[in-house]
Amino acid sequence: MAKADTASRAAAPPRPMPGKDALLRYYREMLLIRRFEEKAGQLYGMGLIGGFCHLYIGQEAVVVGMQAAIGEGDQVITAYRDHGHMLACGMDPAGVMAELTGRSGGYSKGKGGSMHMFSREKNFFGGHGIVGAQLPLGTGLAFSNKYKGTDRVCLTYFGDGAANQGQVYESFNMAELWKLPVVYVIENNQYAMGTAISRSSAETHLYKRGASFNIPGEEVDGMDVLAVRDAGDRAVKWCREGKGPIILEMKTYRYRGHSMSDPAKYRTREEVDHVRETADPIDHVRKMLLESKLSSEDELKEIDKDIRAVVNHAAEFAQSSPEPDPSELWTDTIH
Amino acid sequence: MPTEILMPALSPTMEEGKLAKWHVKVGDKVTSGDVIAEIETDKATMEVEAVDEGVVTKLLVDEGTEGVKVNVPIAVLQGEDEPKAKANGGATASTGPAAKPAPKVSAAAPAAVAMASDPSIAPGTPMVTMTVREALREAMAEEMRRDPAVFLMGEEVGQYQGAYKISQGLLDEFGPKRVIDTPITEQGFAGLGVGAAFGGLRPIVEFMTWNFAMQAIDQIINSAGKTLYMSGGQMGCPIVFRGPNGASARVAAQHSQSYGSWYAHVPGLKVVAPYFAADAKGLLKAAIRDPNPVIFLENEIVYGRSFDVPKVDDFVLPIGKARVVREGRDVTLVSYSITVGLVLQAAEALAKEGIEAEIIDLRSLRPLDTETVIASVKKTNRIVTVEEGWPICGIASEIATQVMEQAFDHLDAPPTRVTGKDVPMPYAANLEKLALPSVDDVIAAAKAVLYRS
Repeated sequence: MAKADTASRAAAPPRPMPGKDALLRYYREMLLIRRFEEKAGQLYGMGLIGGFCHLYIGQEAVVVGMQAAIGEGDQVITAYRDHGHMLACGMDPAGVMAELTGRSGGYSKGKGGSMHMFSREKNFFGGHGIVGAQLPLGTGLAFSNKYKGTDRVCLTYFGDGAANQGQVYESFNMAELWKLPVVYVIENNQYAMGTAISRSSAETHLYKRGASFNIPGEEVDGMDVLAVRDAGDRAVKWCREGKGPIILEMKTYRYRGHSMSDPAKYRTREEVDHVRETADPIDHVRKMLLESKLSSEDELKEIDKDIRAVVNHAAEFAQSSPEPDPSELWTDTIH
Repeated sequence: MPTEILMPALSPTMEEGKLAKWHVKVGDKVTSGDVIAEIETDKATMEVEAVDEGVVTKLLVDEGTEGVKVNVPIAVLQGEDEPKAKANGGATASTGPAAKPAPKVSAAAPAAVAMASDPSIAPGTPMVTMTVREALREAMAEEMRRDPAVFLMGEEVGQYQGAYKISQGLLDEFGPKRVIDTPITEQGFAGLGVGAAFGGLRPIVEFMTWNFAMQAIDQIINSAGKTLYMSGGQMGCPIVFRGPNGASARVAAQHSQSYGSWYAHVPGLKVVAPYFAADAKGLLKAAIRDPNPVIFLENEIVYGRSFDVPKVDDFVLPIGKARVVREGRDVTLVSYSITVGLVLQAAEALAKEGIEAEIIDLRSLRPLDTETVIASVKKTNRIVTVEEGWPICGIASEIATQVMEQAFDHLDAPPTRVTGKDVPMPYAANLEKLALPSVDDVIAAAKAVLYRS
């Protein structure tokens, strides 16, 4: 299996250095996701989180970069590896963590769990547990934008595994046919559960998958938040101009297993370590901040401290929030 | 030798049609493939092509004639090379299928006996007669006029005017933005509809038939049905999935399935299956306004039946209420959708033998109005449930269970089921007839619970 593809980062044209505020914001947001996920892994190990729990560690630059490219009223929808997306959308880490522990203070009152969370307020539309099912849904959200005459865009995320589902192509077809404002963000972390992309896909360059529908696609270094943001800006502009859907293939990597119960027999420790050491998205921004002297070790330490406090508070809330009242069993089945 | 051209059957359920237009006149020479006439049914307009060559010598049916039965001669063709044709044994070919017409379910609504009035319709309300098809169309049109967020999407709903003509005229009135022809991609457009509902719209998703919705059932159940619960009440999904359900005629196993119990099984969905036109209209309007996903099960054979519909401005009926269609003291007959018609015929026959059946049309399958059923059983002490669906885990099974749980001591006989047979639908006409519930089955079951032979 090839290492995470970082070639396009090296090949990317030189771009103006982003301002300090933007870089620090990306750093903070990615670090929040990293620390949150580490804590979730810890709580899972303690038996406080049940069921399936898919961690986002390693892929942080994708959601943070894409979030920087959208604005108020744009929608986000993804599959079940969704904690990072929710935090990037600005959802409260305590509410997300409390959902993971199945408590009443969770975003779904403890009834959805890790894979099924939503926030109408933050325009986050889930959190879907069936591989590929979010594709038609995100396409439908984009349809509603066009129908209502807004210029809003829906970011529809899916993985390299979902890229082989039939409904992906049903969605591509309708989205291009009706010029719907949807950015299909493929998070190619190179493994569909334990199956390497080369073992599952006849065409492994997933950005080409829209070709027969005339949907343009772009390969993006998903470990570089700036490359993601720039590609996101271009894609969102494309959609807002009424040109229809567009595909961004984010070459990324997950450090952890598919879920918490992953035996990790399908790749080597060395492969994972190599990516961590050479392409980590957070180290990348950290280095940029320090080398450019836009920030200092002390300032970044303060941010680390803040983030730890936020995550610790989330973990405490997730344990102190009561379980849902038994009467909640019967609520919310139907309006 | 003269060849008779017969009125062709142009769809599995067509029994008769209107001879809308002749494209030929007496004396015209026709060759194979020429369009000789246009035929209109309540579903579509179709062209009739000549199969044989020759000269038209007689037009037996006037242009504009309604109700021309299938296989009736409509014209006579004289072969130009008559002697040769004779020598060859004579051409017997005609336009239209050569096979004998299959026995078909009548498109005419069976006469109801002593129908009870619907308590949800005020006495004295003026009525207008219309087909179930027209009632469904009116419901959609009225709701689309009322709420700009309502739109219709599905295969052939627009330019084709609806595979079963339910959406006829809607494209003209509402335009392509709101009457949307989809590619043949059920899972895709069902899911797209759900996403649009999440986005604040009110989609009506038409499946050409419910058989094809199995491609989309994950989106219907997992995405539409469960998201309200999984989101702790944040995310409603106001969407209607509708289309014809159950057996049509002679379309065999993959196109003849009844999905009532499949969808009624799922918490988070509402399921409606009307028989009468008034219910079709009032319940479809309610379904479109409902904040939940509603499964709306229609029936192709029932589309053309005519019934009274209240002539009021905004006729909406509550989902989840059964209706006592006929009052009676001896036995309760519960049904929904097309088999309500069978039950009405059975009740008429039973009445002649002095058996007064009470008929309940469930109208909704989820929520299921067991209260109305139980009240009736407490009066009659006997119950037969009639449905077209399969017997195992069917609606009839559920009714039997509820009755035993809630009215066991009132029963004088075991609750009984009359259902479709436990086999995939066969194609052969005689086997298909055997697979479907019949009036005789209902009569026999009613007598059995009354211990009469």
